Amino acid sequence: MSGLDIPAIWAFVIAFAVFAYVVMDGFDLGVALLFPFCSERHDRDVMMNSVAPVWDGNETWLVLGGGGLFAAFPLAYGIVMPALYAPLIAMLLGLVLRGVAFEFRWRTERWKPVWDIAFTGGSLVAALAQGIALGALLQGIRVEGRAYAGGWWDWLSPFSLLTGAAVVIGYGLLGATWLVMKTSGDLQLRALRLARPLAALTLAAIVAVSLATPFLEGKYWQRWFEMPGILVAAPVPLALAGTALLLFRSLADAHDYKPFLLSLVLFGLCFVGLGISIWPDIVPGRVTIHQAAAPESSQIFALVGVLILVPIIIAYTAYAYWVFRGKVDPDAGYH
Amino acid sequence: MFGDFDAVLLARIQFAFTMSFHIIFPAFSIGLASYLAVLEALWLWTGQDRYLNLFKYWLKIFAIAFAMGVVSGIVMSYQFGTNWSVFSDKAGPVVGPLMAYEVLTAFFLEAGFLGVMLFGMNRVGKGLHMLATGLVATGTFISAFWILSVNSWMQTPTGHGVNDQGQFVPLDWWAIVFNPSFPYRLVHMVLAAYLTTALVVGAAGAFHLLRGRASQEARTMFSMAMWMLICVAPVQILAGDLHGINTLEHQPPKVMAMEGHFQSHPNGAPLILFGLPDQAAATVRYALEIPKLSSLILKHDLNAPLAGLDTVPRENWPPVPIVFWSFRIMVGLGLLMLALGAVGLVARWRGGLYKWRPLHVFALLMGPAGFVAVLAGWVTTEVGRQPFTVYGLLRTADSVSPLAAPAVGASLVAFAVIYLFVFAAGMFYILRLMSHAPHPGERGPEQGQPVRTAGITPAPAVAAGANP
Repeated sequence: MSGLDIPAIWAFVIAFAVFAYVVMDGFDLGVALLFPFCSERHDRDVMMNSVAPVWDGNETWLVLGGGGLFAAFPLAYGIVMPALYAPLIAMLLGLVLRGVAFEFRWRTERWKPVWDIAFTGGSLVAALAQGIALGALLQGIRVEGRAYAGGWWDWLSPFSLLTGAAVVIGYGLLGATWLVMKTSGDLQLRALRLARPLAALTLAAIVAVSLATPFLEGKYWQRWFEMPGILVAAPVPLALAGTALLLFRSLADAHDYKPFLLSLVLFGLCFVGLGISIWPDIVPGRVTIHQAAAPESSQIFALVGVLILVPIIIAYTAYAYWVFRGKVDPDAGYH
Repeated sequence: MFGDFDAVLLARIQFAFTMSFHIIFPAFSIGLASYLAVLEALWLWTGQDRYLNLFKYWLKIFAIAFAMGVVSGIVMSYQFGTNWSVFSDKAGPVVGPLMAYEVLTAFFLEAGFLGVMLFGMNRVGKGLHMLATGLVATGTFISAFWILSVNSWMQTPTGHGVNDQGQFVPLDWWAIVFNPSFPYRLVHMVLAAYLTTALVVGAAGAFHLLRGRASQEARTMFSMAMWMLICVAPVQILAGDLHGINTLEHQPPKVMAMEGHFQSHPNGAPLILFGLPDQAAATVRYALEIPKLSSLILKHDLNAPLAGLDTVPRENWPPVPIVFWSFRIMVGLGLLMLALGAVGLVARWRGGLYKWRPLHVFALLMGPAGFVAVLAGWVTTEVGRQPFTVYGLLRTADSVSPLAAPAVGASLVAFAVIYLFVFAAGMFYILRLMSHAPHPGERGPEQGQPVRTAGITPAPAVAAGANP
């Protein structure tokens, strides 16, 4: 296998899984975040129905991200998980609450408000924890030898709270634009009215995180503001500005599906920006992908499965989305 | 608050707690997914309404059980790293790829087709819907395949080497996946899942028969469950026996703990039925034993010598009382399952399957037995693996994350509170669904939503056409 950089391929595979997770679970977590703005029960039924058939598949990408990290970069998995212990446990518990709410909510009348709170609260905790985890990784974690060496509150900082808030807002935007695409009538109008300020807030959050990041580590600064990094990096903010412009215009035009797709592009560009900052590290500033790589035989064995199966998975995931395409019928819900 | 506990013990309690909650749901959903596939196939084949009604009845329950299995399973996929980071670093190159394959071949398959299975019957047509149900059932089996391969490798590691960093590195993937205890464990666990489901289905049927709601559906599911029990329980006992002999070959101290054999027996070992194992004194107090029977069961020879824990260094002993008792609970319940199946067969032969109330009471009481047996079996095999994570090679105490006890303790409390809340609610909803008798015109998981007057699926019309 000489010539092929297997760890680099694996890094892209994991990045793809994480990105797929962020945008796909992003919109269904986002839909839950918007529950407080839509108090009518019927609207909430329709909102939940719009994601009910796909949320489980969406969340599986998170398992692939974690499982892929375990398989291909076990050292990084072993360092990162204890470092992010508190936010990760909070995220898992949040996902438990909002996951069961999908089923429990339909099995009771009296407790419906309780599961609505579990749905929104669990999603909020999960989104916030994911953002905090991202910030904690970017600001750097203490590593000694082959293990995490920091305390169990190290993840908490103004920066990680900023990234936490940014992810919550961004997921809100994905959820709102998803609803614009999947619903009709009054609910669609309400989603549109939520999407506009959320788009502005998302943009503000991106700018804030982008401005703060280069000051965390000298390496980030070099990537973004010194040659030759700037050559790769400069197009990203430009593309981002252009996408934001198109997004605002599509929202002003009350377009059906363009706002959602442009929000996805916005997330994609942020993701590319992150990649530029941390490449080729897997624990930013501490461990590179090559240092953390599992033995080649492990990486190749699992990679064969990834290269064969992920295209198949994408195909049948697309089929599942196709089966439930179009607007959610508000009168004959299929949940 | 947690100063008196060490982080290793807390991490173990947390893992055992989250794992025990998790295992209940796959054990149920592996069996139930297959049952649903059988019901849908029978409906398509015979065109009889009762199978469709039962399919929809159990589908609602499956949806809840599956959701709880998914969310508690996601927790497990991160617990390795959060609580056992040194194990993850060292064993990751071997077990990580196997778990990645589980995600790729099983989780996506289940998740991708679950939506269609639950909500898509009126969108994709009957043939494709049957395919979706079959794929979900297949996914649950594939998932069991990979995770049991991982577990079995930790019990009987083969096919690996060790590199400079102290990591286990794969040398022969075939030997790793099909390690010596894997085939036995896979068969034993999958059969356990089938038995667990049969007991739950049988108990639900028995409940409705006892309440005088002997609808065609209630009779059908009770009858199917009793057939399943009498067919699978004997095979399971045989599989368990073979698994035990395999364990004796590869992990003798575990069998010594299961049997309560602190001392070696050069001239045939007794079978200790009951007693109170005392680990410190290395003896079983008040032992009720049958001479030489243990040698007969394990070696098929009355006088075969059997070594005891006195041949094993004390620091490598598993906690004997736990293993000893959990093993007896599992075996006892297994024998009761066989008894229920046999009584059911006799009742059927005499034409009393739907009338004989003692049988129904027995079946109802046995409803949770599968779950208890599965948990007891897992305790036997996992506690019996101690004090190692990778048997004989990596100690549990050397596998744990560098975490402060308060962090692990606080998260343990959070898990306990939220799990008990969520799972109590889930059990309540499942039991409430079961307490309604299955009936003609049963609705699927879309219940709670406005349904069109024509019915949510074309099935009733089709079925009506088939049976004028």
